[in-house]
Amino acid sequence: MKIVCLLMACLLIWINPALAQESMSEEEKVVHVLNRLTFGPAPGDIESVKAMGVDAFVDQQLNPQSNQWFDPVINFLGQNPVNRLTPVQLFLKFGPPREARNADGKGAAGPRVDPAKRKDLVKIVTDRYTHVASAVVESRLRSNIESQRQLQEVLTDFWYNHFNICIDKGLDHIWAGSFEQQAIRPHTMGKFRDLLGATCHHAAMLFYLDNWENSAPGNSPSHGKFGGLNENYARELMELHTLGVDGGYTQSDVVSLARILTGLGLPNKKTGLPKGEGRRLGYAFDQSRHDFGYKNFLGHKIKGSGEREIEEALDILARHPSTAHHIAFKLCQYFVADRPPQALVDRLSKRFLESDGNIALVLKDLFHSSEFFDKQYFACKFKSPYRYVVSAFRASGVHMGDWRIVFGFLKQLGMAPYSCLTPDGYKNTRDAWLNPDALLRRINFATGLGSGRLPGSPGQAVDYLQLQKTLGDVFSPQTLSVVHSSVPQLKAPLLLGSPEFMNY
Amino acid sequence: MNRRKFLQKASLLSFSLLFPGLQGWALSGGSKIPGSKKLLVIFLRGAVDGLNVVIPYADSRYFELRPSIAIAAPGVQGGALDLDGRFALNPALAPLLPAWKDRSMAFVHCCGSPDPSRSHFDAQDYMETGTPGSKMASTGWMNRLLEVLPDNHSALQAVNFGPTQARILEGPRSVASVQVGPGGVNKMPVDMPVIARSFEQLYSSGNDSMSRAFAEGMEARRKIMGEMDQEMVKASRGAPLPGSARNFGKQISRLFSRDQTIQLAFLALGGFDTHVNQGSSTGQLANHLTAVGEGLAEFIAGLGPVYKDTAIVVLSEFGRTVRENGNGGTDHGHGNVMWLFGGAVQGGKIFGHFPGLSDGDLFEGRDLPVTTDFRAVLSEVLVSHFEVTDSGLNKIFPGFKNSRLGALSVMKS
Repeated sequence: MKIVCLLMACLLIWINPALAQESMSEEEKVVHVLNRLTFGPAPGDIESVKAMGVDAFVDQQLNPQSNQWFDPVINFLGQNPVNRLTPVQLFLKFGPPREARNADGKGAAGPRVDPAKRKDLVKIVTDRYTHVASAVVESRLRSNIESQRQLQEVLTDFWYNHFNICIDKGLDHIWAGSFEQQAIRPHTMGKFRDLLGATCHHAAMLFYLDNWENSAPGNSPSHGKFGGLNENYARELMELHTLGVDGGYTQSDVVSLARILTGLGLPNKKTGLPKGEGRRLGYAFDQSRHDFGYKNFLGHKIKGSGEREIEEALDILARHPSTAHHIAFKLCQYFVADRPPQALVDRLSKRFLESDGNIALVLKDLFHSSEFFDKQYFACKFKSPYRYVVSAFRASGVHMGDWRIVFGFLKQLGMAPYSCLTPDGYKNTRDAWLNPDALLRRINFATGLGSGRLPGSPGQAVDYLQLQKTLGDVFSPQTLSVVHSSVPQLKAPLLLGSPEFMNY
Repeated sequence: MNRRKFLQKASLLSFSLLFPGLQGWALSGGSKIPGSKKLLVIFLRGAVDGLNVVIPYADSRYFELRPSIAIAAPGVQGGALDLDGRFALNPALAPLLPAWKDRSMAFVHCCGSPDPSRSHFDAQDYMETGTPGSKMASTGWMNRLLEVLPDNHSALQAVNFGPTQARILEGPRSVASVQVGPGGVNKMPVDMPVIARSFEQLYSSGNDSMSRAFAEGMEARRKIMGEMDQEMVKASRGAPLPGSARNFGKQISRLFSRDQTIQLAFLALGGFDTHVNQGSSTGQLANHLTAVGEGLAEFIAGLGPVYKDTAIVVLSEFGRTVRENGNGGTDHGHGNVMWLFGGAVQGGKIFGHFPGLSDGDLFEGRDLPVTTDFRAVLSEVLVSHFEVTDSGLNKIFPGFKNSRLGALSVMKS
């Protein structure tokens, strides 16, 4: 009889894996929410979450505007003018000087430039680009490390990668930061449709995925480069930003969407300076380059109406069940596990559809789900190189001095901020980042940081007892015994380079 | 080690150790296993425009469909370099012409994956797992090849060049990763015994993925550093190598010719997604191809006698549209051209069926078709080069029915 009961129990668990769930301990939950909703615990974080309770912490992070913290980072970001300028202002102030522009207005030093002056012009352009890009990278690193509104920072990382643009492409040197400030940050917990619309119209995206040149097919060749269709953005908009690669679209949908998007581009002499949203995001719609024909898009008949077609198409995409599933899956993979539980993905995907893509509501369900606190997912994720570095600065309390050294290190690890060349953004799974050479490089970084000898960020050797307290009860007896028996200078480096600190 | 000695050592942890500046590679010695064959796979990510790599200049449609990006026919200024009277090479790849002339370079035109996906990411995955159309494969075909080859117990038997592990090398067999460019093989704190020992204790549990990665990383590192020490003096006198991928040829050939335990290597180069302003014999694509051509030529030169035992395969996920698009670029297409090099390659030939460029010949009326499965070419290379058996091939490319193995004869028999 006993055996039968046992068999029944096993069978039940096998049929319904949910029954096999074991929840995390209260102690683990505290560390877990800090691991997942923030870039990792900083000194005092565990104590403060314990004091307010896990649920209250989650709610507080989901309402970054409502809390009363004085956030020095927001202040810092606001003070840096580069973070407040619109794309047009950035172009006028930091774009290539008029005489250095190619016929198309971009480029570093067009062919018409007198070769004698070319070198000077290239230097001017390089200096301007470097000036803006430096401020932007430093802002991102500092706000990720220091901001109190950590979920906002984590989601900025998530959505930026979802709608990735690369800072190394021409004018995106000066526009990548604006893309984050104007298209990503205001919508990280808002409506997906708004986020989609803002990224679609922002100058940085129009430039990165070439839609600024996308023009009605057969547009007279006298238009030069605006001579016809360009499918690049249309394809990635469906494959990466919304439906997902298996989301049920065909090559003819790609062409239809590209046609719908014709004419959405950058302001120029002909369009004049934009107003309103166009001014904020840096786009202009050029009717003369738009394809006003009928389009059949994902089974919908789209009448040629100009700019409104784009809104229609974005509505269709944002509300499509494939999009809901794609976003739910990516959120679960990012916040729960590399191979996320199907039931949770399905529930969140439903929530996404019902709430018309309300990101905060989807996240709320995620962070309160039983799957999120399933013991098997505690510290199961392997930190990406970027998360590793940010979490190490947070945990150690070392002040990041020269950000360029940190940027260079992240470049070696293949994950410098804003530098992902391809539109799919950086991955955040173990398979993508765990490799022998990279692990040794992290250990080198840990050795420098923990011993107070990190180039560019010198300081005291990190107090390993404080570090241990900051990170909570996550270390194995083996790790603790190696640390305790090691020479003092290596104790903090060992903790920061330990297997436990590689995971979150 | 006593405390004083440790402090002396620890004080060596200077800037240069943690974040070394530009420094070249320097490897020497290395165990010698005579007769070991080598394979370098280069992946051109972003889908290189094969039609402007190996140009069907005898077909007038080529010039009609590409008014602004066509490469001029051989014989004119900036024109393509004739290969066989029908096809010509992009002039940016001129450094490779000697390999064509000495018959160690060949191409397979209209080659690629039978899966029609025009997604970069899916198509790259398919080509790297070797299972087009199926997302179930979790390992890369080069890792499965490693399983099929006799284990030579070297931490460097397979090497991934670059900061991230490529899908093609993912799998149960361990793979070393080495950075190309600056900072690749410079001294780091873990090279100091006291630090290495402590971390070895931390990562000694053995069986989890992180401990394995650590052990493999240390083993590969010691091997490389051990060989490097002997040449440190020499290296510091030489001019530093700049960090561009342009130097990949020098770096990798040095490793290949000095450490004979290396058998498989992989390198990915990016920047080929030329939707806009592709250029023709000069411009964006030409610049990227110049780097590839010079790098490959330097690789071949650097290999010296090892070249005869080396095969080089250059792949890309799919080709690009035959017609240029509205912005002087090309969009995602289908068939492409595969490049082959090596002492055993049946060189000086363009393989594969190239049907022509009239609308009826094109895939979906817009792209080069795939008339040769990329796995058919790779199978021939593996069988000839590594003597892989039928069952081995089944493991490397599961489900691939290659009824005409050897039909192309890209390798000398």
